[in-house]
Amino acid sequence: MNALEIKNLQKTYKNGVKALKGVDLTVKQGDFFALLGPNGAGKSTVIGIVSSLVNKTAGLVEVFGQNQDTHPADVRMHIGLVPQEFNFNIFEPIGEILINQAGYYGINRREATKRAEIHLKQLDLWDKRYDMAKELSGGMKRRLMIARALMHRPKLLILDEPTAGVDIEIRHSMWQFMKKVNSEGTTIILTTHYLEEAESLCNNIAIIDHGITIEQTQMRTLLDRLHVETFVFYLADPLETLPGCRDFPLRLIDSTTLEADINDKQKLSDLFDILKGCGIRVISMKNKTNRLEQLFMSMTKSEARSG
Amino acid sequence: MNFTQKMVALKTIVIKEYLRFIRIWIQTVLPPAITVALYFIIFGELIGSQIGDIDGYRYMDYIVPGLILMSVITNAYANVVSSFFSAKFHHSVEEMLVSPLPNHIILLGFVSGGLARGIVVGITVTAVSMFFSDFQIYSYSVTIVVFILTSILFALAGFINAAYARSFDDITIIPTFVLTPLTYLGGIFYSIKMLPEFWQNVSLVNPILYMINAFRYGLLGVSDIDLTTAFVIIIGFILALYYFALRLLRIGVGLKP
Repeated sequence: MNALEIKNLQKTYKNGVKALKGVDLTVKQGDFFALLGPNGAGKSTVIGIVSSLVNKTAGLVEVFGQNQDTHPADVRMHIGLVPQEFNFNIFEPIGEILINQAGYYGINRREATKRAEIHLKQLDLWDKRYDMAKELSGGMKRRLMIARALMHRPKLLILDEPTAGVDIEIRHSMWQFMKKVNSEGTTIILTTHYLEEAESLCNNIAIIDHGITIEQTQMRTLLDRLHVETFVFYLADPLETLPGCRDFPLRLIDSTTLEADINDKQKLSDLFDILKGCGIRVISMKNKTNRLEQLFMSMTKSEARSG
Repeated sequence: MNFTQKMVALKTIVIKEYLRFIRIWIQTVLPPAITVALYFIIFGELIGSQIGDIDGYRYMDYIVPGLILMSVITNAYANVVSSFFSAKFHHSVEEMLVSPLPNHIILLGFVSGGLARGIVVGITVTAVSMFFSDFQIYSYSVTIVVFILTSILFALAGFINAAYARSFDDITIIPTFVLTPLTYLGGIFYSIKMLPEFWQNVSLVNPILYMINAFRYGLLGVSDIDLTTAFVIIIGFILALYYFALRLLRIGVGLKP
């Protein structure tokens, strides 16, 4: 069964802006799914419609086989939403925010208190349980929204830029947490502007641009389309001239930094052999750009040209 | 959601709303008590002593029902309009909108919050009134029913105001320019029999007149208006506002783009 099925989803706002012109999406149960697109592509509108915060103009939304139009309450019961903007009462203690949220799903206070303790501990917020939400840092507020979304044990968790503005350390701990939640059976849909986040977490991906789905495939399939990657090599000793190398186009960025373009038929080990043969010692290396980022840029640019 | 889950959800909203205004009792419960005390001192003691009796009651006693109900009306309204608009403003209303809560439970929850504040303020103001007047309650049943129905009616009105409001200015316009004039012209300080016939007829258009007179009947046993007519009008308004508010929620006016 699919966790989410969207067909020909359209949304025209009252001011005449057509945010969605016909989005199609299928998210399988148990998937960790990336929903990407440039700013204004329509991602948040899709999420808003699926989570009942935005009225659709046309189209079909089904969550775990239940139609949103005919079974709205059942659909909402399945979904947990972590929105892009903070949307809690900043003057409420965070423990109360979680317990009240569970209450809206019909979970009694005793059970809600137990669940709040579990999630606050999992997300390192237990010590803050009596604090007003306004006293939390940005990262803590993001984690609070994740804890809140999990209170009713949703089968589908929608994360709309959950790590925006969060420092690297906390971001990585949130990644681990999201992986754990996914491994326990919760389907996750993630939107993010950190493409390395989508690349490392998600199995499947859809890209939306100008209100339509321009791609939906497996992450691996998408990345395989990238024919050339640029690597940056940091050298142990300064280099004055480039070694001759016909097969690998090399560029000297500064005396201790080299760049090389490698296509999908070449082996990185061959380049290392050449560098070693020239007496060049490499301390470290990295991808010049994130692979998904390269693809994303080329796909959304080409869509803009054709649009 | 089954019935039990719905009741848990309703209880959650009611407790949340109750705690919201009780936490800030200095802003919500104390001011009406002070205001009513000032009305009694100025209108009841100083000016009222020059007016004499109305319908066989001292002026001080005659204005008690109107002053109590005025506090109930303004506070039931203010509670819901400020709470629901704040929830919209902070987007915390989305916590409810994404949940499986039926719209009528959301509406009942907020209205119950307004009713709770109406009751707390009403009891407080009644206690203050006892320092100035030694009135005896004529009919407990009429008094309590009018008190509750009026709170519900204005809580619903506050909800509708909040649904349409786009700024904090919008939630003060109706209370300032509509609610307060209608309340003052609703016979708090006078009997409409004291007005010329033309203005008596104009006063009959004001729905608050019916509530104040029904409440006055409950407390003192005197009224300018037939009690049955008053109940029909109050209940009619409640039903109309309830269905209108429910429709706003269903469509998502002010909530869903």
